[in-house]
Amino acid sequence: MFTQRMKLADVIAANHNIILVLPRFGIPLGFGEKSVKEVCGMAGVPVEFMLMICNLYTFDDYIPDVETFASVDMSRLVPYLTASHHYYTHERLPHIGKHIKHIATGMEPKYGQILKQFYDDFRKEINNHFLCEERYDFPKLQALQKGDMVRSTKSHSEKSHGLLVDKLNDLTQIVYKYLPGNGLPEETMELVFDILQLSSDIQKHALVEEKILIPYMEWLERRER
Amino acid sequence: MKSAVSVLIVEPSDIICRGLRAILEDAGNYNVLAPMHEATMLAERLPAISPDILILNPTLLSSTPKQQLASLSQMRPSMAILALVYQYVESNVISLFSHIVDIRQSSSELLTTLVDVVAETRNEPEKNDTIENYELSDRETDVLVLVAKGLSSKEIADRLSISIHTVNSHRKNITHKTGIKSVAGLAVYAMIHNLME
Repeated sequence: MFTQRMKLADVIAANHNIILVLPRFGIPLGFGEKSVKEVCGMAGVPVEFMLMICNLYTFDDYIPDVETFASVDMSRLVPYLTASHHYYTHERLPHIGKHIKHIATGMEPKYGQILKQFYDDFRKEINNHFLCEERYDFPKLQALQKGDMVRSTKSHSEKSHGLLVDKLNDLTQIVYKYLPGNGLPEETMELVFDILQLSSDIQKHALVEEKILIPYMEWLERRER
Repeated sequence: MKSAVSVLIVEPSDIICRGLRAILEDAGNYNVLAPMHEATMLAERLPAISPDILILNPTLLSSTPKQQLASLSQMRPSMAILALVYQYVESNVISLFSHIVDIRQSSSELLTTLVDVVAETRNEPEKNDTIENYELSDRETDVLVLVAKGLSSKEIADRLSISIHTVNSHRKNITHKTGIKSVAGLAVYAMIHNLME
C-alpha cells in the first residue's frame, strides 16, 4: 500500500497510470523528489483521500475501510469524479472520435458507416451516464456532506459501468478482428491502444464509484439517521 | 496414473522444510525438490528446476510482493504458488495467494489442498491447448441475427421454438467465440458479416 512518506515519483514508477490521476487533483508535473504528503500539501489536496485513489488504482484487493470515512477529508471526491468525467468527455472521447472518423473515410463506406454509428451511440450513452451522475448523485452527495437530510434515491452509478466497458472492449475487437483492413494501419493501431487505455481507466473510475462513492454515500446516510 | 507432481519448498526453517517434505513423500506422487531457504534467486532458478507447485513462505518476499509474485508466475505460468504460513503476514500479501498452507493444519488437510491445486493446474493447460472451432454454428448464427435485431432471449426462444436456457447457452457461445459481449457490438458483427438481410 502507498503511504504519505513515499516519493510521488516512486508511486508513479510502481503504477504509471496514476499520472492520469494528478491533473484531476490539480497536481502539476515537475514534483521532483517530493513525498506524496509534500506534493499534496502544496496543491491543497487532502493526502489521505489522494492515497485512497492511488491505492485503488493499483492494488486489486484494496477496499477502503468504511471506518476511515469519518477521519478522511472527502471534500475532493465530487471534484475528482467531475474532473474524470471531463477528461473522458472533453479529451479522450473526442480524440478517439477523430481517429475513428478519419479511419472510416479510408474504408468501404458501408463499414465506415457501421463503425461511426457504433461509436456515436456509445458516446451518447456514456455522456448520458455521466450527466445522470452529475445531475442526481453528486448534488445528493454534497448535500449529505453538508449534513442535510436527503430523500433516499437509488444511485445511478452502479449498474451501467460494466456495460460501458464491455462496449469499449467490443469496439477494439471489431476494429482489429472484424473490420477489413484499411489504408491507415498505423492510425488503426494507435486507435486500438487509445481505446484500451480509456477502457482500463474507466474500469478504475468505476472502482472509485463502487468502492468509495457508493459506500461513502451509504455511510453518510446511516450517519444522518 | 499421472506423472509425479514436483514441489519446491522455499522456507527458511529446515525443520519445517523437512517436516513438509516427509508428509508429501509419505503421500506418494509428490517429487519434493531440494528446498530453498531464501527467495532472492528464485525467479532466475525457476526455469531450471521447473516445479509444478511452489510452496513459499511469504515473509521471504521482497518489499514489492505483488511484483515479485507476478514475475514468478511469468517465469513459469503453469506453476501454482501457495503461501506457507505460521508467522504474522500482512493481509494484503496473503490475499495475493490463491491457496494457503498453514503449518497448524493436519497432514490430511494439507494434502487435500494440494490435490485441489494439482487438479486446477492440470485442467487449465488442457483447456487452453485445444484448438476450438471458432466458426459460429448455423443455430448460433440464427440466434445472433435475432439478438442483433434487438430481440430478448425469451422472444428468441419463442421464435425458434427452443428453451430460453438453450438460447442463453447459444449466446454464451457466441460471445466466447467472437469476444463481443454487448448487443450493439453483436449487431455490428452481424452487419460486417452480411448476416442481416
